[in-house]
Amino acid sequence: MIRHLLSCADLDAGTALEILDTAAEMATVAGREVKKLPALRGRTVVNLFYEDSTRTRISFEAAAKRLSADVINFSVKGSSVAKGESLKDTALTLQAMGADAVVVRHPASGAPYQLADWVDGSVVNAGDGTHEHPTQALLDAYTMRSRLGRLAGLSVAVVGDVLHSRVARSNVLLLSTLGAKVTLVGPPPLIPVDIAAALAPGAAVCYDLDSVLPQSDVVMMLRVQRERMNDSYFPSAREYARRYGLDGSRMRRLPEHAIVMHPGPMNRGMEITSEVADSPRSTIVEQVANGVSVRMAVLYLLLGGNNR
Amino acid sequence: MTAYLITNVSVLGATPTDLLIREGVVAETGVGLTAPGAVTVDGTGLVALPGLVDLHTHLREPGREDAETVETGSRAAALGGYTAVCAMANTSPVADTAGVVEQVWRLGREAGLVDVQPIGAVTVGLAGERLAELGAMADSAARVRIFSDDGHCVADPRLMRRALEYVKAFDGIVAQHAEEPRLTEGAQMHEGEISTRLGLTGWPAVAEEAIIARDVLLAEHVGSRLHICHVSTAGSVDVLRQAKARGVQVTAEVTPHHLLLTDEKAVTYDPVYKVNPPLRTAADVAALRTALAEGVVDIVATDHAPHAVEDKECEWAYARPGMLGLETALSITLDVLGPRWDLIAERMSRTPARIAGLTEHGHDPAPGAPANLTLVDPAARRVIEPTELASRSRNTPYARMTLPGRIVATFLRGEATVLDGKAVK
Repeated sequence: MIRHLLSCADLDAGTALEILDTAAEMATVAGREVKKLPALRGRTVVNLFYEDSTRTRISFEAAAKRLSADVINFSVKGSSVAKGESLKDTALTLQAMGADAVVVRHPASGAPYQLADWVDGSVVNAGDGTHEHPTQALLDAYTMRSRLGRLAGLSVAVVGDVLHSRVARSNVLLLSTLGAKVTLVGPPPLIPVDIAAALAPGAAVCYDLDSVLPQSDVVMMLRVQRERMNDSYFPSAREYARRYGLDGSRMRRLPEHAIVMHPGPMNRGMEITSEVADSPRSTIVEQVANGVSVRMAVLYLLLGGNNR
Repeated sequence: MTAYLITNVSVLGATPTDLLIREGVVAETGVGLTAPGAVTVDGTGLVALPGLVDLHTHLREPGREDAETVETGSRAAALGGYTAVCAMANTSPVADTAGVVEQVWRLGREAGLVDVQPIGAVTVGLAGERLAELGAMADSAARVRIFSDDGHCVADPRLMRRALEYVKAFDGIVAQHAEEPRLTEGAQMHEGEISTRLGLTGWPAVAEEAIIARDVLLAEHVGSRLHICHVSTAGSVDVLRQAKARGVQVTAEVTPHHLLLTDEKAVTYDPVYKVNPPLRTAADVAALRTALAEGVVDIVATDHAPHAVEDKECEWAYARPGMLGLETALSITLDVLGPRWDLIAERMSRTPARIAGLTEHGHDPAPGAPANLTLVDPAARRVIEPTELASRSRNTPYARMTLPGRIVATFLRGEATVLDGKAVK
């Protein structure tokens, strides 16, 4: 097993499948009356969050607690970070406290890489700037596999603001490693021209959502910030929704078995309508539940739980 | 004044000879010279070059003396074979008045290790809104001739036009930091495959090329001299080649790091590789090397940019851009151009001296020439250790790399500033 989880590029197919298989075992715990395993008893997991992200933080917190780890939540507000403590000094503090794992969310791309240089424990990237969000991609893959039974050969459309999306980067890398075919869809200013060369030579780019839908097994809608229109990435929220939003009529162009995913939080009416988000094809609530299982698997494997 | 007899030294790669330095000038050359009372420096195996001239140095004083001072930067320069450096204006306060440029000039004189020629800001506070008192800086004791808002582009085309015109009155030159600011908002590294993979906001090559294209047209239109700082892209080279073919009075510099390093360095997110303009692709490096050899790019300039540890040991996006360069520039140029000593002298001494109007510098060591020269051991190879550098900062991108060539001695107006590879003071 790898020591840190910083990027999906670090996961080969074997390691990724080991995480997904472990997550499936962890999922059985969630169905029990006592949702707890003793695997990480006495180990300390720090959630170091430089950005507000309640859903990701509580998902990691639940995962660590179900494995009986001690959890310390360290968020920017009300801490010394707000007074200007450097990432390095914070790292040294966590190091001195004996953190076995640091789960870090940071607005600057690459910050988890530097943290990994400064602490002895394992670092889990819980989203860094516009770079990656590996556990999101793992839980997305887990969700696809549980709904559709496989990953290899699936056609996955990732739709929206790919340029600024850490979810998209991690998904392109992981899904390509696992044999799925990824097509990136969105307005051209939000799709880096060299994204396939940069991440996965097998990935495709398409600017026309309607042409992609009939061949897609999975449609993953990305959150699109309305403010992007102020930077001329697209003219208006209305035009964006018309060209790239997933509504009921577009959804009906999908094959019968196809699923619709969204990493949340959703902009209902922008990239996805309520009709789609609340439909049986939507996996949005499952993704949240699966997130806990996948994060349990990641913490368990990184902290050497399988060696005991 | 001490006299120096440098024996058996190869001037620019020629057959070894002796050089007698006395009273600030090269007094005599020839085989078997004797000079009673002179200090003998064994030049066997060494190459004598005219003292190097850096058109682009950040000395950080006044304002960031924790990162560099005029004195520590001067020492680093002398150890790198330089006898003159042009100090950029983005200090705090900004060098946009006669008072500040005279202060920097005086600090340089007091340090006495290289000639420190201040560069004046083009606009007040580098804000790009109105012209600084360029004439007052030109008339000051610092005799400023180069004006630059380096770190910022003079983006307003009308203001750039006026600056180009205005400095003609005192044979000045505007050195442009070519970066269209609207195309580089939030930019962190070269826009390309690597930036896409790393999720760092891209700095597109076109943001540099568009400004250079505009400015060569402006310079042509008003008949002024223009200098382009730190050219970094193959496209910029094409624009310059065309402009020069038309006879535009434009000169350009390239930094050692843009001749050697590529954007691949960013994959570790170590901000020591963060610089503005950013490291580009291997194709850009190849084009810059060719352009330097051909003369489309006129000179090597360091863009020596010292930064305190806390400004580099942090998240990439929060780190300041820039890297050290003075103590490694000759080694990298030697690595890139090979031992073509006349070409190296042209690109690192004679031409930068001419652009800057530093008449005492850029002269080959010959009888009667000012004794501003440096001796390099081309056979030496050294491993770069950041802690061994004379700069007050440690942000070298060449840490633990092995580079060819070593400066053994440097002379400023006949006085040794470096002997046996060590600074004299």
